[in-house]
Amino acid sequence: MAEIEEKILETPLDKNILKTFKVGDVIRISGIVYTLRDKAHQRAITLYKEKKKPPVDLKNAAIIHCGPIAKKTSGKWKIVSAGPTTSMRLEKLENEFIRYSNVGMIIGKGGMGESTARACKKFGAIYCIFPGGAGALAASYVKNVKNVFWLEELGMPEALWVFEVENFGPLIVTIDTNGENLTEEIKAKAREKISSYIR
Amino acid sequence: MKPKRLDEIIFELIKKVETELPEEVIYRIKKAEAMEKTEIGKKILRSILQNIEIARDAKKPICQDTGTLTFFIQMGSKFPWRDKLKKALLGAVEKATREIPLRSNTVDPITNKNTGNNIGNYIPYIDLEITEGKDCEITLLVKGGGSENMSALKMFNPTNTLEDIKKFVINHIVEAAGKPCPPTIVGVGIGGGADLSLKIAKKALLRPLGERHPNREISRLEREIIEIANKTGIGPMGLGGKTTVLDVHIELAHRHPASLPVGIVMQCWAHRYGKIRIYGEGGVEWLR
Repeated sequence: MAEIEEKILETPLDKNILKTFKVGDVIRISGIVYTLRDKAHQRAITLYKEKKKPPVDLKNAAIIHCGPIAKKTSGKWKIVSAGPTTSMRLEKLENEFIRYSNVGMIIGKGGMGESTARACKKFGAIYCIFPGGAGALAASYVKNVKNVFWLEELGMPEALWVFEVENFGPLIVTIDTNGENLTEEIKAKAREKISSYIR
Repeated sequence: MKPKRLDEIIFELIKKVETELPEEVIYRIKKAEAMEKTEIGKKILRSILQNIEIARDAKKPICQDTGTLTFFIQMGSKFPWRDKLKKALLGAVEKATREIPLRSNTVDPITNKNTGNNIGNYIPYIDLEITEGKDCEITLLVKGGGSENMSALKMFNPTNTLEDIKKFVINHIVEAAGKPCPPTIVGVGIGGGADLSLKIAKKALLRPLGERHPNREISRLEREIIEIANKTGIGPMGLGGKTTVLDVHIELAHRHPASLPVGIVMQCWAHRYGKIRIYGEGGVEWLR
């Protein structure tokens, strides 16, 4: 079996290039990835609504749904483990977040729903899955912690971390800029299949 | 036992469980990788195997969600350190959080305030059973939030059949899809009260993988659920493929004639558990 080709992208991302990806494609990224979980999403949206801005520019950026374990040794942060968290928890926020931030790529696990897919289509963003649970592997691609925001107020997992990454992946595109949603398609097929096995 | 204090022994247990997967789990994931036909499924399973190696070699947590710690303890009534056990256990959890380090996953249910040390009301959860003799067996199970959120309980009518229960479990696996980080291990508790069905479902995760229930009918039900779950095409991480579950374990409890509760507890591929025996005469043995 031929290996799927992995394309490497640099951040900030180019929306014209993101458009060329389809669900099932595999990407790696180098550059900057921001972590934003539940609280950070809420906070960023609140700031945008107040016509203020979050501390980092999220336009065409790559973000990850992730609450890392970080350790500070001699004044410097090191990432111990940093895989994605369940993205579905953010489904209610993501559409609005994409609209305000104009983010390029969202990384998570487990897949996202229709509302996110609609925003991806409208604003040219993509959603990708990094293998869930592979926290040690994810951390191995984080070369440097450039900064951390909201650490005091939100705590380590919910803070906005700025990771410098190299060849971060594999990232499997599961929502593309056409709004195709791979995990939902797989689920729909699974529902159909089991109806023939169980009465 | 002499050179090591009780809290150090428990710390070592936590460290091993958080950083190294049991051989039987690795074996099953390797087998799934070899059998996988889809390119994405294969890629995901390879990344998982690579992650397992990195974590083991660097002694880092396998997953950033270092979970909630549940200790199942079977303590002999003559275990010489019974008075010290709880304190040692809490001390070990605090030290593990600081030194491994673990993510602190213990927050106030209302205010969200994190205790910072993985200790809080009822947490770590300790399930204590008093047995005969001088020895003490401690089993640690680590479960992340993503898989725990995929737990389910249904109060069936006693006139319902095993076929109805099978349908419930399979539908649940499909609807959970990629969320509990498949390939998963699925624990099912049939009977008891509501709480007991979920408790034995969680305990069922600790049965060695591949071991079937001694009751022939239940053993067959386990095999059927495995077979159908792996035909759904949900696959690793819900991205499609052959392996959706690594195993399904069902446990039974007697029940009230009017109730038929069924509990489901799912565990992610990072099935982190370990078991030690501390001898009353001194010495520790790693069991699983």
